Amino acid sequence: MGVAEPSLACLVGLPLLGALGIGLGGSRLQRRIGASGLGAIASAPIAVATALTVRALAQLMANAPDARILDVRVGTWLAVGDLQVDATLVFDPLSALMALLVTGIGALVCVYSAGSMRDEPGLWRYFALLNLFIGAMLLLVLAGDLLVLFVAWEGVAFCSYALIGFWYRDAANANAGAKAFIVNRVGDVGLLLGISLLFWAMHAAGKPTTDIGELARHSDVLAGATLFGWSVPALATLLLFVGAAAKSAQFPLHVWLPDAMAGPTPASALIHAATMVTAGVYLIARLDFLFVLAPSTQALIAWVGAVTAFLAATAAACQDDIKKALSYSTVSQLGLMMLALGVAAPSAALFHLTTHGVIKAALFLGAGSILHAMRNDRDLRHMGGLRRWLPWTHGAFVVAAAALAGIPPFSGFFSKDEILWRALAADAGGPLLWFVALLTSALTSFYAFRLVILAFHGDNRSEAHVREGLHESPRAMLVPLSVLAALAVSLGFLGLPDVFGGTDRLGTWLSPTFAALVPETAAPTSVAARYLLAVTTAAVAFGGLTLAHAMYISHRVSSDAIARIAGGVPLRWIQAGYGFDALYRAVFHRGVRQLARASAALDRGGIDAGVRALGASVRGIASATAAFDRLAIDRTIDRSGGAVLRIGGWIRALQTGSIHVYLYIAVIAVAAAIVLHLIGPR
Amino acid sequence: MIGLTHFLIVGVIVFSLGVFCVLTRRNAVGILLGLELMLNAANLNLLAFARFGGGAADGNVFVVAVIFLALAAVLVGLAIVLSVHRSFGTVDVRAAETLRG
Repeated sequence: MGVAEPSLACLVGLPLLGALGIGLGGSRLQRRIGASGLGAIASAPIAVATALTVRALAQLMANAPDARILDVRVGTWLAVGDLQVDATLVFDPLSALMALLVTGIGALVCVYSAGSMRDEPGLWRYFALLNLFIGAMLLLVLAGDLLVLFVAWEGVAFCSYALIGFWYRDAANANAGAKAFIVNRVGDVGLLLGISLLFWAMHAAGKPTTDIGELARHSDVLAGATLFGWSVPALATLLLFVGAAAKSAQFPLHVWLPDAMAGPTPASALIHAATMVTAGVYLIARLDFLFVLAPSTQALIAWVGAVTAFLAATAAACQDDIKKALSYSTVSQLGLMMLALGVAAPSAALFHLTTHGVIKAALFLGAGSILHAMRNDRDLRHMGGLRRWLPWTHGAFVVAAAALAGIPPFSGFFSKDEILWRALAADAGGPLLWFVALLTSALTSFYAFRLVILAFHGDNRSEAHVREGLHESPRAMLVPLSVLAALAVSLGFLGLPDVFGGTDRLGTWLSPTFAALVPETAAPTSVAARYLLAVTTAAVAFGGLTLAHAMYISHRVSSDAIARIAGGVPLRWIQAGYGFDALYRAVFHRGVRQLARASAALDRGGIDAGVRALGASVRGIASATAAFDRLAIDRTIDRSGGAVLRIGGWIRALQTGSIHVYLYIAVIAVAAAIVLHLIGPR
Repeated sequence: MIGLTHFLIVGVIVFSLGVFCVLTRRNAVGILLGLELMLNAANLNLLAFARFGGGAADGNVFVVAVIFLALAAVLVGLAIVLSVHRSFGTVDVRAAETLRG
């Protein structure tokens, strides 16, 4: 439908091929040319993919706004019955944005990893998985068909599993990887059911396909379809949201993300901050035409997002582990993106996705730099005053944290403000949503600066031998970190709305993707209200900073005061993530084990007992038959034999052997015969 | 004078004596003697009827046959007695009661 562009296939294929190559020959390569050489080779496919993305982007920009699609059909993948799935790659503004994010941050992470994981013996495995991930993620955002997207969805889930459990020799890491995969799988049920439902609806209307473009063009068909009285869009979007919620770590399927910090930090930066977790947001944005047909689901998405954002922010504020704090922060920000999607503001969500991706990647790489110096001790209570030893890292980290907190004029402020504005203007409980988001922003600012202060400011709390080893990271790590920090500062211009003098370039850029199908809800544009809101957002950000300062620098507010505000809810419980893990353990782990035990007991008591009873009954019948045989039949035969013997005995007795007896009998017999003859026959 | 009746009575007496011998003697030869007596008593009867019962000589011929038969019977009998004597060491018939049930 768009302009054919074969290089798209290279874009996706190169990282995949790179993964294959590194996977097969990597260990030998690493021994031969060392970590840096391996890093260079591993980054090559990604670098080329980045270049191809930029080139394709330039091509798109050269076209008119309503003709900005490049696609390529790589071939037919499935042809089963009525279903024909073509492996089509579609490069439109939305995919361009995502692809740029994936390849750009991916390339930076590659360079960083070569520096931070220099001494890792399994580095080749890491790079192979990284390439595989980037290839799969690119396939995901360029997929033109829902089933191809699903394959890529599973692909990134696998890479996430493999990278989380990278140091698999420690069972805890392997379990964390498995946990991520399993929770994702739960969501996949919903995703696959949703896709099937859409296919079914299309098939019932005579156009059996799962192609996204086709679905978009026939959204009117979908709008009217029903299944057992349920509206198909409402049901399908609900199921798809389950899938997106698992992937994007929304409550209650968020439990895997904090544990995912078991993996290497650069991987977390790429996967669990910027790209994979955003796949859920991408899915909902891509299928925007479907979600606008289901306002009830959108309301659900908005509220799930809001609740997730708030609760995760509270949890992030209580963490002692720096990576866990950042992961809960990611959950929280993803919640804000979901909120934006729920109030029908997909471009605001994607703006925040972009800024957050850059910001969080910067924060994670900064954390990686800290861990590099702290010999992998993540505990904030052992850090402090690190800015003396890690000045560059400190600079980048502070900037990124400020962006996360929403301090103007950093990028985070603009994207967050946009979401808050759209939330306020929403239908389903707008002001309440806005308020929850505002509180979340306050907390975000608080915990962001808390991290900065606890790690870099104040007195150093480490042990002496650790303090001696503190050093700034090598250039390979600092350069990507700085690039990302710089972007975190400046990316705000992308979505600068009209009221602030910008042109909302991002919104304009993305509008063909959304507006061609359904016009985006235009927010009411009262300029004064807009400025007032912006000021509120900024004030909240500064307020968080002030609170963090008061708690950790000037010590005017203590954690007891906070505990009192929290209403007596134990901070330990919040830190542990509101007991979701314990809940799942109790319900699912114990439940499954009890079910297993019950089944085993049923098997032992019921089935085995039945079989044994059957055996016993057969044995009983056998002994009864034997008894019958013994008592009845044998006795009869024995008795008849005995009778014959007895009669024989009597007859034998006639044989006396005495001649006299025989002669007597002979004589008497003759005499009797004569007498009878004389009496005569009558 | 001496008529048929006298011969018949003698015949009966000799026959009964023979039966008595057969039934009561312990000696095997004695039983054979008794057997001879019975046969000869029958001969007497036959001769008596041949003499007094008309002119036919059938009776006489029959007597000769009977004598030969008695001869054969005694021969075989004596052979058996000799065999018994060899096996049991005696001719007392009570000793040969081994073939019994």
